[in-house]
Amino acid sequence: MNRRRAFIALAALLPFGKRASAQANAHVSTTDPLIVSFTKGASVMPGRVKLELPNIADTGYSVPMTVRVQSPMTEADHVKTILVMAEKNPLRDVCWFYLGPRAGKAEVSSRIRLNGTQRVVAVAQLADGTFWSDAVHIDVREAACTDGN
Amino acid sequence: MAQARILLPERVRRGELVEVRIVIQHPMETGFRHDAFGSRIPRNAIHSLACRYNGVEVFRATLGTGIAPNPYLRFFTRAVESGELEFWWLDDDEVEGTARATISVL
Repeated sequence: MNRRRAFIALAALLPFGKRASAQANAHVSTTDPLIVSFTKGASVMPGRVKLELPNIADTGYSVPMTVRVQSPMTEADHVKTILVMAEKNPLRDVCWFYLGPRAGKAEVSSRIRLNGTQRVVAVAQLADGTFWSDAVHIDVREAACTDGN
Repeated sequence: MAQARILLPERVRRGELVEVRIVIQHPMETGFRHDAFGSRIPRNAIHSLACRYNGVEVFRATLGTGIAPNPYLRFFTRAVESGELEFWWLDDDEVEGTARATISVL
């Protein structure tokens, strides 16, 4: 009985533990210098961040982008920094947004350049020092960063 | 001199979220393009931008050539009192730009 109970408890714990460890850094590489310079080695959990981009962009010259983070934006719990990274752009860090409790809502939009079909990643740092991420794949029919030569 | 247009809701109540939108006239030159003679067009992009609400910074961004020309930004701030939103930015040619808009809080 004791053994069975222990086994059930273990079985109940296992999938969650496994999933959590598998999910950490799902969208980023821990050896990526750009990510390391931001996270200082902390793990980046998928979730809480929502990156919105169209599925297909006819040109990469100007693509509407919205990044949104689930946060009450209070003095104790708010989003500090958001990094948007386009993995195939010549300069991958597209933009960094610095927010605070005065923002009221962690949502920022802009229009970005994309150098071809690629994955775009958003990483957010919260006030408690944790990092969260989201990644979106976008089909870009005509890349920016070319001048037709 | 760069020019900008700021869009704010006409009036907001104290404590409400304010949607702030700004478009700045700027080429955001990447430095990867060449002119008709084959020489490289030097990079010139707005790299820093900040927004102050009655002197207190409420939003800051580090931008780059990954931002489309005539950069557009939309973000939120909570209405605390009537006053001024003041934007400041700096590009690679060390040219500063500023723009301001009044915010009226009921």
